[in-house]
Amino acid sequence: MTKAMHSDKELFDAKPWHGKNRKYDIVKEGVIAVTVVSLLVLSFSLFFGSPDEKPLTFKGWAASNSDNFYATAVSELAGTSGTATYGAPYNKGGDGLNVGPLWLQKWVGVTHPIDTVNDFVVTPLTNSVQPAEVATALTQWKGAAEAQKSSWATKYDSAIAKVEGKLSAVPSGDYGPVPALAKGLTDMAKSGSLDAALLSQGGFFQTDATKQILYFGDGSYLDDAGTAANLQGGTWGMMNETGRYPGQAWLWLYSFWYQIPPFNNENSHPIGANADAYIMVLMGGLSLGLILMPLIPGIRTLPMRIPIHRAIWRNYYRSEGIKRRKD
Amino acid sequence: MSKMWTARLREGWQRNLPIEKLIPDAQPAYVASWIYVFGVLTLAAFSVIIASGLVLAFAGPAWYHTSSFGLFVNSLHFWSVQLFFVFMVIHLWGKFWMAAWRGRRMLTWVTGSVAFVASIATAFTGYLIQTNFDSQWIAFEAKDGFNSVGVGAVFTVTNLGQMLLLHVAFLPLILGVITLVHVLMVRKRGVVPPIDADESNTFENFSGALND
Repeated sequence: MTKAMHSDKELFDAKPWHGKNRKYDIVKEGVIAVTVVSLLVLSFSLFFGSPDEKPLTFKGWAASNSDNFYATAVSELAGTSGTATYGAPYNKGGDGLNVGPLWLQKWVGVTHPIDTVNDFVVTPLTNSVQPAEVATALTQWKGAAEAQKSSWATKYDSAIAKVEGKLSAVPSGDYGPVPALAKGLTDMAKSGSLDAALLSQGGFFQTDATKQILYFGDGSYLDDAGTAANLQGGTWGMMNETGRYPGQAWLWLYSFWYQIPPFNNENSHPIGANADAYIMVLMGGLSLGLILMPLIPGIRTLPMRIPIHRAIWRNYYRSEGIKRRKD
Repeated sequence: MSKMWTARLREGWQRNLPIEKLIPDAQPAYVASWIYVFGVLTLAAFSVIIASGLVLAFAGPAWYHTSSFGLFVNSLHFWSVQLFFVFMVIHLWGKFWMAAWRGRRMLTWVTGSVAFVASIATAFTGYLIQTNFDSQWIAFEAKDGFNSVGVGAVFTVTNLGQMLLLHVAFLPLILGVITLVHVLMVRKRGVVPPIDADESNTFENFSGALND
């Protein structure tokens, strides 16, 4: 199409329509649409209902896998857990992810501070009445120097890791009050009081579940439950729902990138190791591309080159005898 | 033109979007395909989402865990969202293959696609406030993506209170306004003519004719 012809066509498309019209009752159409959709929604709801799996609790975790909960508590004290080594926006335990020279995660800094030692272990224990051995351990911990605390917790954490979490096989050593603190927290979790203690942190009103959710992720309980429900990211979990229900299928493209190399290989540098960041940037770019699609050469002319529009307007084309434009 | 802001607004509205355009009783003859139904179906699903969402919002986020009627309303909300996206995606693809941005309709396309992206954000926050296992899992997994580009500092998916308010107040308001502008743009510009049509398919001196 020449520039002049393109301009004529654009002008024609922009002008008010002066060709044949047909009757159109917009109000009737709206009422019918709402009625039909309401009936469809009603039918699906009556026949299939909706998913609602109960949330996981610390009580459930400690009851079903006490050793894992105990070992996770020790890792929080030693500063080796996922949360403790996460970095921004929670702490300075790691550099976070990057996209080339852009360290956006690190640059925004710590905006939601989480100190795993105190927030996850010491404060919940302190805010509850504890048995004598736990109270004594707490006093010993609080009175010790930082280097001493770190030494106790790191030694015990390493010893547990060495026997792959099998607590009965951990050799005795200079672990200070750490075993008593971990046992105290495990007992608290088993009794059900840790869920509330972590949420309140000594306060009353609280609507932020960040600490509990991050703590959950440090152990295997949440991860195992996600695997069992087929929700892992590597298996399209982002767009899955619990049970046999449709999930967020509209996230298929976002989820797609996690299925292919290099994004699905965390040992691949720089992209796989920073997949979350690269995929976020990629999806941001693609979203912008969708919004600005009419400006993208090659894509904006696809509808003219692939004649699906001949099917959409086939009745009109046939009645008017309109042939496909060859220009 | 009057110097009064109110009068200028009214005159501008009447000039650009007279009532005959806003609530038409005739459409161009080419608007005769099932693909055109999906725009209004998307709006219809949106209205069911809002209605069921209002009931859920009134009763609070944990109500549907303990009430069978609450679970039913939650189901209405859940399925209307599923249908909303099905209709909207079909509508979007239809408009792409029509090259519906032609004839100064760029803003119509932009508002429509922004509404699509805003809908994804709104639905996402809905999944985060279910206060069940699914929302625990999604919050834990999704935080990494947002944190990795620094967005997590202001959009905290693990913060139930923030997600709740975004989902029931902020995002629906934004989505509603964008959708309103989109629909008004459709009414102002009209439905895009067929790709292969040109002046020879019109009769300039016979405007507004009803042929059937």
